Amino acid sequence: MTQATPLPDVVAFPQDRGCPYHPPTAYQPLREARPLARVKLWDGRRVWVVTGHSAARALLSDQRLSSDTTHPAFPRPTERFATIRERRRAALIGLDDPEHNVQRRMLIPSFSVRRAERLRPRIQEIVDGALEAMVAKGPPAELVADFATPVPSMVICELLGVPYADHEFFEEQSRRLLRGPAARDVEVARERLEGYLGELVERKRATPADGVLDDLIARQLDVRGEPDRQELVDLALVLLVAGHETTANMISLGTYTLLSHPERLAELRAGGPERLPAAVEELMRFLSIADGFVRVAREDIEIEGEVIRADEGVLFSTSLINRDTSAYTDPDALDWNRSARHHLAFGFGIHQCLGQNLARAEMEIALGTLLHRLPDLRLAAPADTIPFKPGDTIQGMLELPMAW
Amino acid sequence: MRISIDEHVCIGAGQCALTSPQVFTQDEDGFGAVLTGREDGAGDPLVKEAARACPVQAITVDG
Repeated sequence: MTQATPLPDVVAFPQDRGCPYHPPTAYQPLREARPLARVKLWDGRRVWVVTGHSAARALLSDQRLSSDTTHPAFPRPTERFATIRERRRAALIGLDDPEHNVQRRMLIPSFSVRRAERLRPRIQEIVDGALEAMVAKGPPAELVADFATPVPSMVICELLGVPYADHEFFEEQSRRLLRGPAARDVEVARERLEGYLGELVERKRATPADGVLDDLIARQLDVRGEPDRQELVDLALVLLVAGHETTANMISLGTYTLLSHPERLAELRAGGPERLPAAVEELMRFLSIADGFVRVAREDIEIEGEVIRADEGVLFSTSLINRDTSAYTDPDALDWNRSARHHLAFGFGIHQCLGQNLARAEMEIALGTLLHRLPDLRLAAPADTIPFKPGDTIQGMLELPMAW
Repeated sequence: MRISIDEHVCIGAGQCALTSPQVFTQDEDGFGAVLTGREDGAGDPLVKEAARACPVQAITVDG
């Protein structure tokens, strides 16, 4: 007598990674179900998760998928965000076109390739300063607090025109905004950040300085005769939080990953600085730290033999998309010689990361300088005891004890 | 080959200028642009890669 194979349980999403640089092993059935599969959220809701590279490109460019967090059917992959009533949509990331396009176009000149190139000497100074301070007080040191966070935090402060003296306040509030742990923490953090940025906007109106926020105020004065204080606060919040949290995670997790791959690290050191841009792209692909973009379907969408119905949730697992075997050969290997081009770690479509060129410059300079200046850099604790972030937020190390 | 960029669609991601710097650049405002005299692609094999890298498909390559 033969037994019918039981249907597999629907995979829960998101899940914690077992190793900080690999997708959760429990996602394996999703990789096999390419290009999209059904997953189960914490509240039991079934949504789609996209895992195939070409389907992800098509769907992230499809304006029938919405980023509007106030849409009644917008999925909440994390419990702490579910109870928060969205009063209004986040700037940029919570808007669809045409509203999104109006905000994005105001910011494009401040985040161009050229602007990032011009910032490189200043980024190098910031990296050198942070590294000197770390070396002066160690070894050991804790890389997240001593290097990976201060570098992007200082860079985004200078670019936006936010006083770095306030960094402990906004880094702490950003942490609560993204990771709670409770819904109330998220709400309080957002209120505090909005209050802080509202006062900053008022001060800047009275005494303009040289930063992206000052440029935005000037541009709004030009166009409307009166700045939209709420819009400025909303934009400043997204830029400030996205501008330091993500890059800090790439620096900490990138360092951990390199130290866990000694042969790749040796190749990178031997290859000199011209190796860095390709290495950063490959690390972006391999680590996929923003692992779960969220959308809701406004209409039915047919995609590769499946139909996504209106009001269904659609998530994008970048860690699986960037390891799709139809897009990359031997995708689970870290390989500087591959072309990691076309990875979707920065997203795709109208919401592709605004700060990507700045982020590339920061990662190249921070990782390159760290490896060059500290040839004996090593973990100061067993690799498998070092804590990293849970699966429901941007991936990265919680701490990274280092010696050299 | 004829290359054009829809400036109303471009979001200034800079992927074209990074992928094929022989042919593409960003103008002073950060929007994608084809370098003067390179509208025919200048024989660069990376032009099609650059068009594919554009996150909003603002680049058209004819021929």
